[in-house]
Amino acid sequence: MASKAQRMPVGLRLLTSGFIVLWLLVAAFPFFWTFWGSFKVELDFFSIADWTNALVGRNTSDTYGTPFTGAGYEGAWVQNEFWRNVINTFIVCVFVVSISLTIGTLGGYALSRSGFRYVIWLLIVALIFRALPQVTLVAGYMLPFFEWNVWGILPTAIIVLVAMNQPFTLWMLHSFFQNIPKELDESAKVDGCTQFQAFRHVIIPVMWPGVITTGLFSFLLAYNDFIVTSLLLSESNRTMVPEIAAFLGTTYTEGNVMFAVAAVVSATAPLFVLVMFFQRQIVSGLTAGAVKG
Amino acid sequence: MKHKTFFWFFLPTGLAMLLFIALPIVSVVIQSVYAPHEAVIIEVENCGPFGCTTETTIDQEATAAVRAAEPLGRFVGLDIYFDRGHLAVAEIKEAWSSTDSLGDFWDVLFNLPFYRALAFTLTYTFVCTPLLIGLGLTIALAVNSLHRHLKGLAIFFSLLPMIVTPLIGSLILFWMIDSRGILGNFISYLADDPDLSLKASTPLMWVSLIVYGIWSSAPFAFVVFYAGLQTLPKDQIEAAQIDGASRWEQVRYVVIPHLMPLVTFVALIQIMDNFKVLEPIIGFQASAHATSLSWIIVNDLGGETRQLSAAATTSVLTILGVAILLSPVLVRTWRDFKAGGH
Repeated sequence: MASKAQRMPVGLRLLTSGFIVLWLLVAAFPFFWTFWGSFKVELDFFSIADWTNALVGRNTSDTYGTPFTGAGYEGAWVQNEFWRNVINTFIVCVFVVSISLTIGTLGGYALSRSGFRYVIWLLIVALIFRALPQVTLVAGYMLPFFEWNVWGILPTAIIVLVAMNQPFTLWMLHSFFQNIPKELDESAKVDGCTQFQAFRHVIIPVMWPGVITTGLFSFLLAYNDFIVTSLLLSESNRTMVPEIAAFLGTTYTEGNVMFAVAAVVSATAPLFVLVMFFQRQIVSGLTAGAVKG
Repeated sequence: MKHKTFFWFFLPTGLAMLLFIALPIVSVVIQSVYAPHEAVIIEVENCGPFGCTTETTIDQEATAAVRAAEPLGRFVGLDIYFDRGHLAVAEIKEAWSSTDSLGDFWDVLFNLPFYRALAFTLTYTFVCTPLLIGLGLTIALAVNSLHRHLKGLAIFFSLLPMIVTPLIGSLILFWMIDSRGILGNFISYLADDPDLSLKASTPLMWVSLIVYGIWSSAPFAFVVFYAGLQTLPKDQIEAAQIDGASRWEQVRYVVIPHLMPLVTFVALIQIMDNFKVLEPIIGFQASAHATSLSWIIVNDLGGETRQLSAAATTSVLTILGVAILLSPVLVRTWRDFKAGGH
C-alpha cells in the first residue's frame, strides 16, 4: 500500500477513519458500558432521570457512600452461589474440548489420508449435520434420556455437546491435515510403521497449531451453548449461561437486575482474555474453511 | 489408507454423530406422529341423602400406568402436523373462505403460532444476512487501509460481538435499548415521545432484534473478507489503475469479484445460523412480539408441561425448512461432483 497511486485522498481517508471509529464504538462500547454499570446500583444502571447518573453514580454514592459498589457481584457470587455454575461450566468445557479433539483428530486425519469416494460423502453429511438447528436434536433426546434416567446430569450434556461439535471439528481438522504433506507419514509407513504408529510418532508432533485452533472453537461452542445446557441439565447442575437466563426470570421480579448484570460481566471476562491471547488463532480458524475451501 | 484402518480411525467420531445426530432425527420423526395418552376418565356415582349424582374424574393411577407402559403415546399419524399449533390446515381453509381481502387473511395467518414464527424467522434471516455481508465488507475495506499497528487493535475490538455468548450479547444490548437504558432513553428523546418503549412496539422489537443480528454476525463476515483481501492479486489492481479505473471502479470490478466465493460462503453459513435464531428473543424478552421456530421448540420442551410431541413436530418442520434452504447448495455440490471437479 506504499505506492503513490494507492495513497488515499484526504477526504476518503477521513471518511474511512470516521467509519472505523464509529464501528469500533458500536462493537465495543456496549461491553464497557455494561462493565462500568455493573458497579452501580440499579437506579444508576438504568438512569431514567438523568443519564449522567450512570457515569458518576449519584444513587450509588447515596446508598453506599462511594460511586462504585460490588453489591451486584456479591449478590450473584455469594448470595446466589454463581460459583457453582462457574465450576460446572469449567467441567463441561474441559471435557468437551478434550474428548472432541481426541476423536475429531483421529477422524479428521483418516478423512484427509483416505482417497476413497466415501470421504466426500462423509464430509457432505457432516455439513448437513452442521446446518441442523441443535434444538431440533434436543427434542429428539428428551424422551429417551428421561426413559434411561440420564437427563439432567453433566456427562449427558458433555457427550451431546461433543457429538454436536464433531461436524465442525472434522471439517477444520480435515483441511488442516491436508496441509501436512502425505510424504511424512508415508515414509514412516515404508520404514515399517503401522498407520497408527505413523500417526502417533510423525503426525502428532506437528499437528498442534491446527489442533489448538480447533480446540478454541470447541471451547467457544461449549462455553457459549445455551440450548443443550438449558434443556438437558437439571437446576442443580446448571452451567453459567442457563443460570443467567434463570436469573432473568427471578431477578426482574425481585428487583435484583444488578445480580444478572454482574453475572453477565463475570461470564464475559474469560472470553475477553481468550480473544486477547488467541486473536491470531481465532482469525486463522475462521478463515481456514473459507479461503481454502 | 485401507478401508479397515479408515474404519477404526473414524469409528469414535462416526459413532458419536450416528448416535447423537442421526438417531435423534429418527427419534423426532417418530415422536411427531405420536400424541400423549389422554387421561383415563372414570365415572363415579355419589349417592347421598338427596339422590345420586354421577361425576367424571381422572383415574390418576390408570393414567400413569398407561403412560408408563407406552411412553411414546398413541399413534396419531400426521394429526399433529395439521393441528392449530403447526400447519393449521383447517384454520387456513376457514380463513381463506371467510375473509374478504388478502390483508384480513394475512392477519389471521399471522395469529397462528407456527406462521407467526415462520414469518419472523424468514424476515430475520433474509434481512440480516445481506446487511451484515455489506457491513462486513465495508469494515474489511476500511480496516485494510489502516496502518498495520492499528489493524490488530481494530480486529480485537471487532471480534468481541461475535465471540461473546449470544444470550449475553443480546442481554448487554437489550439493557441499553430498553426504555430505561441509555440508548432507549436517547431514542425516545430524539422521537420526542417519553412513552416510546421497545416492549410495547412490535416493529421496534423486530428492528432491534435485526440490529442485534447484524451487530453479532458482521464481525464474522469482516474477518473472512479481510483474510480474502490479503490474497488480492496486486497486479490486477495495478492493471486496473493503469487503465484509469477510479477507486470505486477498482472495488467494484476487481475486489468484489475476487471476494465473490467468500461472499457465497458467508451467506451460506449465516443463512444456516440466522435460521436458528433463538437467544436474542429470550434475551430481549421479545416473545410477545416476535417468535422463531427454535423458540417454539424450546418453549414446548421447557417448563412444567413438556410437550414433546408438539416440539418434535415443529422440529421436523424446521429440519424441512433447513433442507429447502440448503437444497440449492446441495444440488450444486452434486453437479460439481458429477462433473468430476471439486
